[in-house]
Amino acid sequence: MSLLSVQNLSLSIGPLPILKDVTFSIAPGEIVAVTGESGSGKSMTALAVMQLLPDSARTSGHIMLGDEELTAQSEKALCAMRGNDVGMVFQEPMTALNPLHTIGQQVAETIRMHCILPKAEAEAQAAAMLTRVGLPQDRFPLSRYPHELSGGQRQRVVIAMAIARRPRLLIADEPTTALDVTTQAKILDLLKDLVEDFDMGLLMITHDLAVVADMADRIVVMRKGEVVEQGDTRHLLAHMQHPYTKALFAASRHQVDLPSAEEGKTAILSVQNATRDYALPRTKLFAPRSFHRAVKGISFDIHQGERVGLVGESGCGKSTLTRAILGLEPLQDGSITAFGTAVAPDMPAQARIKTQVVFQDPYSSFNPRHKVGRILTEPFHLVDTPPTRAALTQIIGEVLSDVGLQPSDAQKYIHEFSGGQRQRIAIARALITKPELIIFDEAVSALDVSIRAQVLDLIAELSRRHNLAYLFISHDLSVVRSVTDRVLVMQNGEIVEQGETETVFTTPQHPYTQTLINAAPVLPDLAALSDKTETAHAPA
Amino acid sequence: MLRYTLKRALSLGLSLVVASLVIFFVIEVVPGDPASFMLGLNAQPDTIAALRSELGLDVSKLERYLSWVGGMVQGDFGTSYTYRTPVTEMIGDRIWVSLPLALYALTLSTLIAFPAGIYAASRRGKPGDMAVMGATQLGVAVPNFWFAMMLVLIFAINLRWFSAGGFVGWEKGIPAAMKSLTLPAIALALPQSAILARVMRSALLDVLGEDFMRTARAKGLTRRQALMRHGLRNALIPVLTIIGMQFSFLLAGAIIIEQVFFLPGLGRLIFQSISARDLIVVESVVMLLVFMVILVTFLVDLAYAAVDPRLRSRT
Repeated sequence: MSLLSVQNLSLSIGPLPILKDVTFSIAPGEIVAVTGESGSGKSMTALAVMQLLPDSARTSGHIMLGDEELTAQSEKALCAMRGNDVGMVFQEPMTALNPLHTIGQQVAETIRMHCILPKAEAEAQAAAMLTRVGLPQDRFPLSRYPHELSGGQRQRVVIAMAIARRPRLLIADEPTTALDVTTQAKILDLLKDLVEDFDMGLLMITHDLAVVADMADRIVVMRKGEVVEQGDTRHLLAHMQHPYTKALFAASRHQVDLPSAEEGKTAILSVQNATRDYALPRTKLFAPRSFHRAVKGISFDIHQGERVGLVGESGCGKSTLTRAILGLEPLQDGSITAFGTAVAPDMPAQARIKTQVVFQDPYSSFNPRHKVGRILTEPFHLVDTPPTRAALTQIIGEVLSDVGLQPSDAQKYIHEFSGGQRQRIAIARALITKPELIIFDEAVSALDVSIRAQVLDLIAELSRRHNLAYLFISHDLSVVRSVTDRVLVMQNGEIVEQGETETVFTTPQHPYTQTLINAAPVLPDLAALSDKTETAHAPA
Repeated sequence: MLRYTLKRALSLGLSLVVASLVIFFVIEVVPGDPASFMLGLNAQPDTIAALRSELGLDVSKLERYLSWVGGMVQGDFGTSYTYRTPVTEMIGDRIWVSLPLALYALTLSTLIAFPAGIYAASRRGKPGDMAVMGATQLGVAVPNFWFAMMLVLIFAINLRWFSAGGFVGWEKGIPAAMKSLTLPAIALALPQSAILARVMRSALLDVLGEDFMRTARAKGLTRRQALMRHGLRNALIPVLTIIGMQFSFLLAGAIIIEQVFFLPGLGRLIFQSISARDLIVVESVVMLLVFMVILVTFLVDLAYAAVDPRLRSRT
């Protein structure tokens, strides 16, 4: 009998249909991954199982946990079920814990919610659970507060809370999306171990198909609130039927047709021994200030038309380096020269024209009260005589067409565009001054795979058309691999390895690069997979 | 935590020094010489000069500032120009009305606001929330002296439960003294509690949207348990800020209420002293109020750290 069985689940919030006839099941000890792009209803499915839906949500259909019908339970019975029979791990470990309670209190709370225990006993159990998830008491005593832990450690605390009562079902909603690749690999291993140890069912919600292929026993693919295809992982990967599933996998292994670089000989950006310190709070009242060296004497050049990638985990100094290259923050040592001018916060405005930037978040990096036309022309304040009227309209129309939008879009407001279109607008804003170097700072990280593939194609196309050089900063190795000629690997403020992208990825020299590449989940080779299953199914 | 406290204490001391300088020199530039004011229009210049030297007004500004501050440190606020009595005594009489009144009003306001704010937040958008929000809208809009007059009309004139004004003094016993402060305290507390309830509600609603509230529900807590155990303490920071500001206001800003209820408080003292150009009293009372406000800010800072471990570890 299945542990969880969702049958014909439909859900609407107000007049808006969110889920339509969703049906799937999970057996004890089984890992089922629900995947799909944003807005596909993955997370709502998870919340429906927890019965933690918004008040205005209306559901129909059945959600059976064992032989109990969850949709018919009283709130009191549901509270007894949550945390005890079903545990849940959330996406954002930085905010999922109460900042004012110790980790011990928070794990013990789950235990004491569901059984009457003396405080000491609950704390002993909490300590055991924290040790089990990799937070031993000698280094992570119960008295620690969440802000004293890293993202990965916090996610372990969240997992300890979710499994403290050894629930039958664990729901993990994008549990590793906010984490670095090496941390992600460890957390995924932990989840796999726990499923085996406790014989739990795991309902894993993720948009990352490589993670899905690596973890799941079965896959459920959702699109716009409907299950389009589901099945055993190996079988589904080998014999996917639905066009959407095929498109999704195709997009996530999308290879950009990157034109061969027409590199000039001149270095347009030259970073020499760049060093950036941040002051730390004083440890004693009158102690001298100490400093954190975020960027430690980095040197590299970018030549005309060259596409360079920069990879590294959070906190390695990528963003600090970016801000220094853009001349937003001063260096403590070394120098940065772009197009022959020294880069510094007080550099002349005109010198900034040739270097532009595209940021990560397409939702918050625009002023919502300005029309697209005005947003696009903002960089013109760098120019002595900005174009006016007809010339301006013409330029706006050109850059919008350049990024695949309509000239008439200039009259619209930013909320009228989707995430992918907004990122196109961000690229258009960067292009409008005809720069020769663009910094893409995690520019595709917030996008769904299919949109990401389109934006990457656009970037390749633009580099072909305008002979653009760019610095592509990302934590996603596969993306960097597909759009760059050369790659820099950064760790703790230093560049530990650099070289031609393909060489670095196929024969990494530095141990850190090797760790990074090994930790990154990869999609299995579908062709090989389908051959294998066919041989397996072939008559003896 | 010790370092945090020391740092706050240091900033408290510095604020006091700056405040005393500002108060002293601002009041010095206010037109009107106390000596000529006291002696009237027809006074002879030499009489005025004699009085000025008697009041200690003829020495340099710096000397006067230093002797003023030096005296205050020892508890000597100088002698009132008009009443010829020590300012310390005058303040001493009044502060035993104003301080208990402020604390009384603040306690009432908190006791009303917390349940009202929590109730409204837990029933967001429902009739209960709307009723509380409507009532607080009224409380914010209606001035406290109108409440004062209504309270006098109902409880003093019609029901005769309280006297309409005056202060019996602490020597008549705590219950009697508290009784004579009750109507003024309620009149002061009502508008303050309306503001505080709204702050409490919005702070709680912000917290309710936080991820860790969802985590708490996923652990099996009921809505109410999640609100009380995880929501309330997280919502306290903005609420504490407002409570600190309200205390300062209640201490010095009760002048209209003191007037309505004939209470001999600090507000009336300062009003009378300004009218009489009794600068030494004005300076001293203002300095005292500033000291109280800065002290309350310091206590609120300590309360923040008690609530939030992140502040304790940061310096």
